[in-house]
Amino acid sequence: MLSTLSIKKRFAALSLVTSLLTLNSVSAADSIKVGVLHSLSGTMAISETTLKDTVLMMIDKQNEAGGLLGKQLEAVVVDPASNWPLFAEKTRELLEKEQVDVIFGCWTSVSRKSVLPVIEELNGLLFYPVQYEGEESSKNVFYTGAAPNQQAIPAVDYLIGELGAERFVLAGTDYVYPRTTNKILENYLKDLGVDDSDIMINYTPFGHSDWQTIVSDIKAFGSAGKKTAVVSTINGDANVPFYKELGNQGISAEDIPVIAFSVGEEELSGFDTGPLVGHLAAWNYFMSAEADINDEFIETWHQFTGDEGRVTNDPMEATYIGFEMWVKAVEKAGTTDVDSVRPALYGTAVPNLTGGTAVMHTNHHLQKPVLIGEILEDGQFEIVSATAGEVIGDAWTNFLPDSAKIIADWTSPVSCGNYNLETQQCSGQNF
Amino acid sequence: MALLALFSSATFAFEEGLALSESSWEEKAEWIETLSKDTTDEAEQILQHWVGGNLFYWPAENRLVAGTKEGRKYELREIIGGLVINVVKRKAVKKIKVNNKLRRQIKQALAYRSLSSPDASKRLKAITELKRKPDYSLLQTLLRLEVANPDLTTARDLRTLVGLVYLESSKSTEQIEGIKRLTGNLSSEAKEGLSRLLLREDLTSDVRALGQRTIKDIEKKLLYWGHAQNIVFGVSLGSILLLAAVGLAITFGVMGVINMAHGEFIMLGAYTTFVVQQIIPGNSATALLVSIPAAFMIAGAAGILLEKSVIRHLYGRPLETLLATVGVSLLLQQMVRSIFGPLNQAVTSPEILSGSFVVNAAFAITYNRVFVIIFAALVIVGLWLLMYRTSFGVRLRAVTMNRGMAASMGIRSQRMDALAFGLGSGVAGIAGVAISQLTNVGPNLGQAYIVDSFMVVVFGGVGNLFGTAIAAIGLGVATKIVEPIIGAVLAKIVILIFIILFIQRRPRGLFALRGRSVEE
Repeated sequence: MLSTLSIKKRFAALSLVTSLLTLNSVSAADSIKVGVLHSLSGTMAISETTLKDTVLMMIDKQNEAGGLLGKQLEAVVVDPASNWPLFAEKTRELLEKEQVDVIFGCWTSVSRKSVLPVIEELNGLLFYPVQYEGEESSKNVFYTGAAPNQQAIPAVDYLIGELGAERFVLAGTDYVYPRTTNKILENYLKDLGVDDSDIMINYTPFGHSDWQTIVSDIKAFGSAGKKTAVVSTINGDANVPFYKELGNQGISAEDIPVIAFSVGEEELSGFDTGPLVGHLAAWNYFMSAEADINDEFIETWHQFTGDEGRVTNDPMEATYIGFEMWVKAVEKAGTTDVDSVRPALYGTAVPNLTGGTAVMHTNHHLQKPVLIGEILEDGQFEIVSATAGEVIGDAWTNFLPDSAKIIADWTSPVSCGNYNLETQQCSGQNF
Repeated sequence: MALLALFSSATFAFEEGLALSESSWEEKAEWIETLSKDTTDEAEQILQHWVGGNLFYWPAENRLVAGTKEGRKYELREIIGGLVINVVKRKAVKKIKVNNKLRRQIKQALAYRSLSSPDASKRLKAITELKRKPDYSLLQTLLRLEVANPDLTTARDLRTLVGLVYLESSKSTEQIEGIKRLTGNLSSEAKEGLSRLLLREDLTSDVRALGQRTIKDIEKKLLYWGHAQNIVFGVSLGSILLLAAVGLAITFGVMGVINMAHGEFIMLGAYTTFVVQQIIPGNSATALLVSIPAAFMIAGAAGILLEKSVIRHLYGRPLETLLATVGVSLLLQQMVRSIFGPLNQAVTSPEILSGSFVVNAAFAITYNRVFVIIFAALVIVGLWLLMYRTSFGVRLRAVTMNRGMAASMGIRSQRMDALAFGLGSGVAGIAGVAISQLTNVGPNLGQAYIVDSFMVVVFGGVGNLFGTAIAAIGLGVATKIVEPIIGAVLAKIVILIFIILFIQRRPRGLFALRGRSVEE
């Protein structure tokens, strides 16, 4: 008697579970799944957590406005834990198991490179929101961060044109982004007639904390009778002790200005910014940009996080642009199918947060303005220069001889991310 | 721009505000030029506010005002006198922007004004500023000042400045006078001025020869001082290694426990500094002093807890200890990340620790490094006294050398284990306080020091405080000697290879000691 009851009970429970499952899958079919692939633990959590929150905020906003194609958006958040191979596994999980329609994710180039083979094999769609070294254009990835010609080159132009710099220190963390960027910059500077002896290149390991010798070397290099500037691709954590050491050794921004490509509002919020005033950064967005749409975005962000003190930064704007573009393209295509959304994205224009318009080009890069900002006492940036118009992101740089002849264009007749203009051939690799 | 000469400065704030707020960088530079020739107090105040980023155009009253940010609003004040006029929203005022180049220009203009200030420290500041960009048109003023100036503190700097100004001259006699004044001067301004002179095409051969001789002499001296400075840098790097490793020298060296969570105890100490600073805002020097015992207690308590809950059950099983403590390390990192967020926290350094201790122009060591060196020395002396001059130390060493014998002499060996582990962890916490003054405070802080700490302890000889100290300083200096030659990345690799080879030959490190850890 007792056992039959328990069997009955079990059966009831089982059927309940089954009905719940079916209910769940019905609701799943009625929603569009958005994958979020940002590290929430480990080294990169410091930067990537914010972007996860940004995507969630955008999804909330879209759902409040009635969803997309009459369906609700549903976020699928995974944590690749700053572990590069895990990025590939999680991508596979998102695409095969969760069947997401689009992924927003990655920060470091190495994580993106690890995702590439998977996303191409399974024909997914990835929006990558961080400035990077270029030299890539995958069919399945849209790059909403800056390519080198949208950050590094205008930054150096500012140093030369506005500050009169003649001698350059290229200081970076030892990995692919700084190395490639510095190679491009070195060629660019030499093309402009800067002598070999006026360029000093220095690499340091990740998380380098002892800058005494390097800063005193920079000081010595800077006292050769020519205006000297530092172009910094120093990554994340190592910046704090670097700037501290500059301040302590009495190097002010007026003596030797440092222009950084990886230091934004978020990074500065962990700094004592007093000694940094006047040092520079080059981005496509600053929180201090004066535009109504920016004020609105900041307001929404503060409401979403419940914290008035939270800052916004460039990769957040890139995430915002990517998301808005994807929404527009899906609406235009009438479906979330990747092969229909991809062509719909070309030429899609959405307002960027600095008051202009961002347009997606067929090389999967954006057209964006380039801004130069000076660090202020309160950790914000004063925009001191902006490019006259928007700059189109160049996947393959013109300042490396091997890359100058290569273009990316994913529309016919080229339909290739790596097309050699001289041999008139696609390299065959997809990115 | 010709009109500029016509305006009267007393009404500048009223009449030129709009034009100034809409001008380009080049136009702004011309405004500054005009304002700097204007001797009124108002012109000076405008420049002061401008360089500080506090100058605003206020369209409502069509004039310039001084403003400070108060929360999300701006408090507006009169340019002269600083009387509060109004509090407005951000969009109600337009900031008169300043960039690097203009900031230098304004600072120069202000410095020129305070050259003849009665306050010697102001004069010195002005001279220091003017040295950064010597201007030949200042020569007569400076020479007059030099004759009239009786005060010794600024005399040397003034001499350098006059020398630099002479170098900018186009007459070869004056250029030679300048070179003579700068002979043997090791400051970076002197070297820069001379290099700039030598870059010029129109020099006579005498001047060029003299200039080259002088700069060669300076460079030779600089090289010598540079080596000396590098050694000090090495000692400072070594003392950080020492602070990070000395706690491990007790837990790993003396007790033989492989504690992979050691770095996280350092992190706990650094976060304690941050929290104490939040509790005592405004006075970072006091906060730093309070942090030292606080960090010791918190990290020490965490250590004792770890020992009692995990490590105690794993004595004699090094592999399990290693795995368990790796787990604890991840746990602590994520805990801190959940409480404080993944972002770095800003720990401000006390005023007295910023700036440098200047021996001469080529040899300076920053105060925070001096602090760390002295601090490390105090910690190691304190620990030595504790281990070799107290009964606690005797008992601890007894347990280390022979547990069974010590226990039969009436020493409670389990209690000693917990206390020793707490001591090691507490010292790691203190290291965190010092490190928070040099680098960022974030959840990953500990990871940066764990490998280096093990390296130092193994190299110095397991179980030997003195060996740890020698190894830390030695590795620090070696790194700094190698680094300028082959770069920071390769330097790390070379040092690591050296240690591997060294351990092959002397597995017990520099100074081997007999003890439990050795016997096992």
